[in-house]
Amino acid sequence: MALTSPESKVWWNEPVGRAELTWIAIAFLWGVFMFSMMVWWHLEGNQNLSNEVYRVSPAKFEAKVEAFTEKYKVREEADIPVAKPEPGADVYMLSRLWEWWPILELKKGQTYRLHLSSMDWQHGFSLQPVNINIQVHPNLEHVITLTPTQTGEFSVVCNEFCGVGHHTMVGRIHVVD
Amino acid sequence: MAKAKSETTTAAEQPQRIPAMQRLLDNHFLLLFIGVVVPTVLYLLWGVMELSQIPIAE
Amino acid sequence: MSITADTTVIGGIAAKFRTCPATGLQVDLAAERLIKANAVAAIVFLAIGGLFGLLVALTRWPAVHLLSSDMFYLVLTAHGLDVLLVWIIFFEMAVLYFASAIILNCRLAAPRIGWLGFALMLVGALLTNVTVLQGDASVMFTSYVPMQAPPNFYLGLILFAVGALLGCFIFLGTLVIAKEEKTYEGSIPLVTFGALTACIIAVFTIASGAIILIPTWLWSLGYISHIDTVMYKLVWWAMGHSSQQINMAAQVAIWYAIPAMLLGAKPLSEKVSRSAFLMYILFLQLASAHHMLVEPGISSEWKVFNTSYAIYLAVLGSMIHGMSIPGAIEAAQRRNGFTNGVFEWLRRAPWGNPAFAGMFLSLVLFGFLGGISGVVLGTEQINIMLHNTLYVPGHFHATVVAGTTLAFMAITYLLVPLIFQREIIWPRLAKWQPYLFGLGAAGISLFMMGAGTLGVSRRHWDITFSDAALSFDYPPAAFLMLGLNGLSGILAAIGGGLFVVIIVASVLFGKKVDASNVVAALGPTPQKQMSDTVSTYGSAGTFHLPGTYILVSIFFTAFVLYYFVNWKYLSELWQLG
Repeated sequence: MALTSPESKVWWNEPVGRAELTWIAIAFLWGVFMFSMMVWWHLEGNQNLSNEVYRVSPAKFEAKVEAFTEKYKVREEADIPVAKPEPGADVYMLSRLWEWWPILELKKGQTYRLHLSSMDWQHGFSLQPVNINIQVHPNLEHVITLTPTQTGEFSVVCNEFCGVGHHTMVGRIHVVD
Repeated sequence: MAKAKSETTTAAEQPQRIPAMQRLLDNHFLLLFIGVVVPTVLYLLWGVMELSQIPIAE
Repeated sequence: MSITADTTVIGGIAAKFRTCPATGLQVDLAAERLIKANAVAAIVFLAIGGLFGLLVALTRWPAVHLLSSDMFYLVLTAHGLDVLLVWIIFFEMAVLYFASAIILNCRLAAPRIGWLGFALMLVGALLTNVTVLQGDASVMFTSYVPMQAPPNFYLGLILFAVGALLGCFIFLGTLVIAKEEKTYEGSIPLVTFGALTACIIAVFTIASGAIILIPTWLWSLGYISHIDTVMYKLVWWAMGHSSQQINMAAQVAIWYAIPAMLLGAKPLSEKVSRSAFLMYILFLQLASAHHMLVEPGISSEWKVFNTSYAIYLAVLGSMIHGMSIPGAIEAAQRRNGFTNGVFEWLRRAPWGNPAFAGMFLSLVLFGFLGGISGVVLGTEQINIMLHNTLYVPGHFHATVVAGTTLAFMAITYLLVPLIFQREIIWPRLAKWQPYLFGLGAAGISLFMMGAGTLGVSRRHWDITFSDAALSFDYPPAAFLMLGLNGLSGILAAIGGGLFVVIIVASVLFGKKVDASNVVAALGPTPQKQMSDTVSTYGSAGTFHLPGTYILVSIFFTAFVLYYFVNWKYLSELWQLG
């Protein structure tokens, strides 16, 4: 039994039941299939996280976000500027204790290069209710290619714990036709 | 003494050679070695290599 | 096997033994004392950590919202540390000593070092707990840099890890002694092999912990100026996730051990079961990548390969155990005479024995809730929908609470009579305990996964965002899920509290166990319907195990359906490239 040493000295040569062998084969093939699914989705699927990343200092990234916001600012909401870039543009959003800045207004069906980074601690970019979740680090500029497929008002909730104000950290993305 | 004893038991009780896979599974320190090396290389070292190659933003 | 008094002095080292009335094995008293100490410490921290867990669940229930935000984040940090690390690793030390010295009928290597390890773990656990409770270390279990805790937070964890490493060395040393002194013949028993797997994973886990926690401690002291945030996470999770893989191996060993003790179950095939453990040794630790799937700076190639445990070979290992364990039970029950129909063996299993009930519930809940959700959550692209939502704690409460904790509880019902030599008092209450706890744990897992699917963030005090400048409302169903999660938390806390009370009371006041009552003290076991057929391995003579085939088919169907449902959801997401 499982609490005593195997009774036969050469247990490796004991036969394995056919049902067990079948199950092992099914489980192995299922594993290969699930692995292939991830590879195939990179080739054919439309939801893959970009690998475009640069090292950047918080100050330098902040300067880029401010230049972007100044160029495309159309109005303010709750004292936060709203930037409306042209379709296909590079768009920027920074995270810091405890806000996402600025607010973005994007066009449905257009593709944008969204640059994300943090000014201080790690934050979690959680786009709701779409449910896209991406980790945001300080000193790294992550460039995500994003194509909104719905219109409406979307929120960016912080879903990486970032101190006592974590649960007040909400940002905004508008998508219009 | 212990060595001589184990040789005689090997001859008497184990006419069959122990298969290589069984010997691997009975070699606890070899298992320890590969169990530490495999994730160290595939997960840690590969990961650290990638992180060290991130380009600087212009 | 006859052991005379002079065998207690081996190689000039004296060890005192008693003879176990149930098995006739020689029990090293030094090993026994260490098992007791580690198990007691484990259960104390389970009680503390579990209480913190209840407070977390009651705060996340929006209608109750028990704690203030400061207290919530503090208690959540302590909850994670005490149950994910302290409870399980203390218990695993007890399992390692049991699986080496006791099962191998051997003296324990260097018991004094064992006590040093125990002391380091205890001091470390207390130091980290006190630092957290003082209020300046609410950095969560993960303590992601550049968020910083006081130095003692990290120092406590380092001491704890060093202590656990000493325990691993003693386990390995005991294997060497047992081999030298020929206390077993041929290969080590399967349960000990499972414990060896746990030990190997633990060595990698602890080494990774040292690599990252020592620099972080120095950084907290001011000797190091900067720690790379992704690098920290990469190495930290080689500890944080692998520590849960120690559980995986230990709990599978327990799943083999309990049916062996109660039903006389034998592995269907030593070769298959050990090869499955080998898959764990090689690849299980790669799953630390599950936490890195939406991090910047690491390529998709690394993510796909590591998150799949090298083309799902470690999942293959688990799926093999998932058949061979119920298969071994079915084969044993059929040998015991329960041969009617497809499921008589299962119906007539000892469901009134908390050790068996806990073990079987643990196996089923782990497989269906924890295993399937883990693979889905760990699929690189699907993780985009689920990362850092409540789905993540939903998943690991299915693995660590419904799986590991329930399995550890189950084996404790046998350790009390065998090691503490006490009967379980209030057997009727004990009979219900695994069901209560299992139901609560299953509820916690399911409802958190449900809330996570709706996008609710983990580690979040206020999902109504009442103090936020911009507002957001989660769907109403999310509030329902969190309410049900709170109720399940209460149920699990009752089940867990019952466990702690029953075990503590049994150890203190239970009737002494000796040769006259040891079999009864193990709880009800099925009466054999016929005599043992001669068989050298579990499946001999009973190759046909229809009940197991049906259970495995149900599992596989659920797995495939749930997997594809999630790809369907993913395909409806905004396009990312």
